Formats: sequence, structure tokens, C-alpha cells
Amino acid sequence: MVNVLINVPKTAKRGDVVEIKALILHPMETGFRPGTNGRIIPRNIVERFSATWNGTEIFRMTMTPAIAANPFVSFFAVANESGTIGFRWSGDEGFLAEESVTITVA
Amino acid sequence: MRRVRIGLGLASIFAASFAAAQSGDSSRHSGYQDMGPALQKMQDDDSANPGMLFVQAGEALWNQRTGAANKACADCHRAAAATMKGVAVRYPAIPPGTAKPVDLEGRINLCRTANQKAEPLAGESRELLALTAYLARQSRGLPIAPPDDPRLGPFREQGAELYKRRQGQLNLACATCHDANAGKKLAGVTIPQAHPDGYPVYRLEWQSLGSLKRRLRNCLVGIRAEAYAYDAPEYVLLELYLMDRAKGMKLEAPGVRP
Amino acid sequence: MTPRLERRAFLAAAAVVTVLPWTSARATPASMAAAIKEVTGDASVREGRVILDLPPLIENGNTVPLTVSVESPMTVTDHIKAIHVFNEKNPQPHVFDATLGPRNGKAVIGTRIKLGDSQKIIAIAETSTGEFWSASADVIVTLAACIEDLT
Repeated sequence: MVNVLINVPKTAKRGDVVEIKALILHPMETGFRPGTNGRIIPRNIVERFSATWNGTEIFRMTMTPAIAANPFVSFFAVANESGTIGFRWSGDEGFLAEESVTITVA
Repeated sequence: MRRVRIGLGLASIFAASFAAAQSGDSSRHSGYQDMGPALQKMQDDDSANPGMLFVQAGEALWNQRTGAANKACADCHRAAAATMKGVAVRYPAIPPGTAKPVDLEGRINLCRTANQKAEPLAGESRELLALTAYLARQSRGLPIAPPDDPRLGPFREQGAELYKRRQGQLNLACATCHDANAGKKLAGVTIPQAHPDGYPVYRLEWQSLGSLKRRLRNCLVGIRAEAYAYDAPEYVLLELYLMDRAKGMKLEAPGVRP
Repeated sequence: MTPRLERRAFLAAAAVVTVLPWTSARATPASMAAAIKEVTGDASVREGRVILDLPPLIENGNTVPLTVSVESPMTVTDHIKAIHVFNEKNPQPHVFDATLGPRNGKAVIGTRIKLGDSQKIIAIAETSTGEFWSASADVIVTLAACIEDLT
């Protein structure tokens, strides 16, 4: 089960700059820590996060092991039209998560 | 020059904590008040609090049918927002038809085995943490209200005795740090009063949500004592005492702690 | 007496063995400078226009809230197109690279990072006109007192 929390206002006035927050459950294992058996736990991180507004990319972030577990990202966007805001996380071990929310712009 | 500035900064931090410890203010306060504004904000904002990921998963589990009875929690208890409000602040409690107190996790598992005819959820499993967090969230902001059940008295006294008993290689009792020295610094960290008002908490040290039992185990390791077995009654006894000690404080679950 | 000395010697040797590979993998100020140069090339980086907000005293390095705000009109012709964050003492100098544009309206981003030790953090913003602006912060990371048994 993909465990994601997205926070975007449901409605906005055209031209408003709205805050978008995205939180996802992920261990962000750095690849630098030894496990209980003394061996290094393999790296397992989200490497890429991106957001689209009606299909057009509006924000992108390349992550590293220095991003905290359960990555949180907040950024802003100009509300220019009603539609769908899409989110995508991808990374090690074939990790892929997608989520979308709708916003009404009047 | 830079080193001097850092030194002065630390000195003023110690001075401030010393002043706070000397001010004689012995009123109870939550570990929340010992945190900086950034972590307080992380707890307060539902869209930023990582514990809310577990609350969300718990809501899904609440509505999901399971076990031989093929029943969901919601089939009997309906909307948790109405029926579960005020439940988490009462636990540990003695469930009907039994004689021993159980914590909220234990109560969830009793319901699973008796009513859903399902296997109990493993302690500290994501599912059990999620359901516990979802239930506790329904009581956020309510005062901790241990039940007025005379049968709990002796158990609570045992918990108080455990809290005050010195143990481990460092020969420390819970009370040594959290009563006698609360508010002072242990290395760079403020020693909290150890109130169970945020559990389950998202502890940054764990990078995950965890139960009070997990936190108590960390304390025992900290004083170089052998932690009680995972299913030992001591954790419930300690929780009974701690909840009584925190009676009236507001539940913050899911809390955020360093 | 002798066994005790031996034990001490063994502990010292064990410490060397475990610590050495770790230190060599750490980002040093030099490797941070190299990582920054990869992003900026030969362009000069000026201090200003960027606000790097993170707590000066960090209660746990596992999760450190951080916000980078850059002063910019965020128009098609004049906007911030990227924000990069670097650190000095983690195993690697890069923290993240964010790509943004006029659709963001405001050049403000927030996330949470890991810091292995007290150190300097640098945020660099790249404008659509090819300028680089920066801000830095020195932070103190404290360690949690009572932690997990790993066994």
C-alpha cells in the first residue's frame, strides 16, 4: 500500500500562489549504516520526486541519502487552471509511487 | 573567533537551562514544551506530522474486514471520530470479563481475537501502530483520564514502585532522571518529565512511529538494565502509573519527539 | 593488569578499524567545494538573496527541518531555476537539487534532511540569468540520550 499524504487547497483563485506539501512513507536507508550483523544495510532511497499540474512538470527534486526518512517536500505553485496535480516518487529497488489530487481554480 | 562564538552560545544555553532548573517551577509539562519551534510545528501541522501517515493507514485498517468473522472494526464501532473519542486517554484499563489491565494495543488485539476471530497483531508492527495511532488521534486534545476503577489501584502502585526502583549497571531509577533531574541537561538534551502524552510518537531517533513500550525499552537500555521481555506485564504497570501521573494533561498523539 | 591493557589495546585497534573507512567516506570541506564547483562551474557565487532557515541547535540529526527561500520575481524572464543544498560532514556533500521555474510563483522550498554532525550547510540558488546566490548556516547537532538496543 502506498502511504502518501498530500496537502493542497481544494480551491484557489486564479493567480493565487498555493503551497503544496507532500509526505511519503519510505525508510531512506542511507547505505552507510551497519546492520545488527555488522554488514552495511544496502542503500534504499527515493532518488527523484516530481510534481505536475495538468501534465506539465512544475517542480522536481533529486534526493540523496541526506534526505530524512519519510521524505517531506513543500513548494509553491501558481494556480492558473483547474485540474489535477500529480506526484511521483521513484528510487532504489524499483520504488515507484504516484498520487494525484484535484484543485478547482475560479 | 568562531570557536569562541560557539562556546559562548553553548554557555548561554546551559545558563538558560540552569536558570530554568533553579526557578523552582515544578509544574508538569509535556516533552512538547522542551522541543524547539521547528519540531513543535512538525507535530502541530497534520500535513507535516509524519505520524499522520500511520493515522491514515490506521483509518484504512479500521474499515477493512478481516479474520474468520470477516468483520471490520467499523462494522461494530461505526465512525471512530464519534465512538473512539476519549478511549485512548483512559487506557490502560481492565476490559470487561477480565481481571488484568491491558494497554490500548492489548485492547485492540483482544478485539481482534475475540470479535474478528483474527490473529493478534505483532507488537510494534506497522498495523498495530497504525490502528493505535488512529484511535489515539480521536482523543487528541482531551485530558488524560485514567478510569476510576478501584481494581487498578494495586497495579498502579506496582507501577509506581517500578518507577522508583533503582536498576541496571548505572543504578538509576526512572525517578532519578525524570523527577529529580527533569529540566536539566544530559549532554545537549533536556531531560523530559517523561509524560506519556504523545504516544504513539514519531521519534526522530527511530525515524518512525513507536509505542510507549518501545520508549520504555530505550530508557532501560539507557540505564544499562536488561529490558523486560516484550510481553512482560511491567510495561503496562509503568504505563498505568505514568498515565495517572499525567492525569489531566492533554493527549497530543501522534506526538513528535527528538 | 596485563589482560586489561590487552583489552584496551584491542579496543583501540577495533576503534581504528571501524572508524577509518567511515572518515574516509565523509564529505570534507574540500569535497563540498568540489561538489559546488560541479554545479556552478567557474561562475562566481555571491552571498545574498537566499535565506536558509534551519534550527541552530538540532535536537536530532535524523530529521532536520530546512527551508530555503530566495528573493525573486519568478517571472518567465527572471526566475530561480534551481536550488542546491550541500553539507560539509555527511558521508556525501550533496543534500538535494531542486528544479523550479516561473510556475512556482515563489522560490521557497522546504524539506527535512539528515545531519551526521555539527557542521556548515550551504544553499545555492541559480537564476535564469545565470547568476549564483548563496547562504550558509552553522548548526550544532546534539545526540539523543536513550536509544535503541540494536541486538
